[in-house]
Amino acid sequence: MSPGLNHYLIVSALLFCLGLFGVLARRNLLVIYMCLELMLNAANLALVAFSRFNANLNGQVIVFFVITVAAAEVAVGLALIVALYRKRRTAHVEDLTSLRF
Amino acid sequence: MPAFTDLLFYAFAGLALLFGFLCVANPFSRSPVTSAMFLVLTIVALAGLFILLHAFFLAAVQVLVYAGAVMVLFLFVIMLLDLKEEERRKMRKFTIAAGGLAVAAIAGILIRAVVAARPVATGALVEGEAKALGKLLFTQYLLPFEVMSLLLLVGMVGVILLSKKELK
Repeated sequence: MSPGLNHYLIVSALLFCLGLFGVLARRNLLVIYMCLELMLNAANLALVAFSRFNANLNGQVIVFFVITVAAAEVAVGLALIVALYRKRRTAHVEDLTSLRF
Repeated sequence: MPAFTDLLFYAFAGLALLFGFLCVANPFSRSPVTSAMFLVLTIVALAGLFILLHAFFLAAVQVLVYAGAVMVLFLFVIMLLDLKEEERRKMRKFTIAAGGLAVAAIAGILIRAVVAARPVATGALVEGEAKALGKLLFTQYLLPFEVMSLLLLVGMVGVILLSKKELK
């Protein structure tokens, strides 16, 4: 069966849900951040699939910007994690409870 | 006998899902380095899918920027922090089961929406080559392009500020 738009969108949805499960279930800050990047990649796949099957290049331009924003976000987020590690000596989510109710 | 590109789609999609699963929930190792390696493999499999969708420039950008710069940055930070393996604190089974149920529900909703909408291809299929993308970027999307460069500058300044030892 030739892969149509459906197939790509289902792959994108499954990857997104895998990333979401990782963000909810893992307890290491860096692994949570990596699963967030997985969710962004799944969204990129959906955008490129739509761009191809709707005869429109705008989806690919949006993906270009999403990749740029993700790169900048990763840089700032990792700087934050490093600064946090310097203060608290931990990268485990359950040790960071000062905002907990 | 299906066409070779169809087999390639199933191969790349299967690999992307397998590596994504191993990045998220590896049964053999809970170390962040393993997750990072599998995320790199997932990104490369997704670049393969981009090529099947004729987005050649984006596939190259994905491998160069995402796999080649962003993930290397991740690995730098993982090595810098020198974390021991994520200890098995009391893994509250209820939390993981509830999270898994919520994610399965969201996956079900998304897949049913995709199957029910029955999207079809409209119009001629475009080729995502560098020239066509460049034309769009520099005419119709010029303002977001310039704003991106500003965003990268702001990100750089923020990172440098955040990594100072003490703020005088």
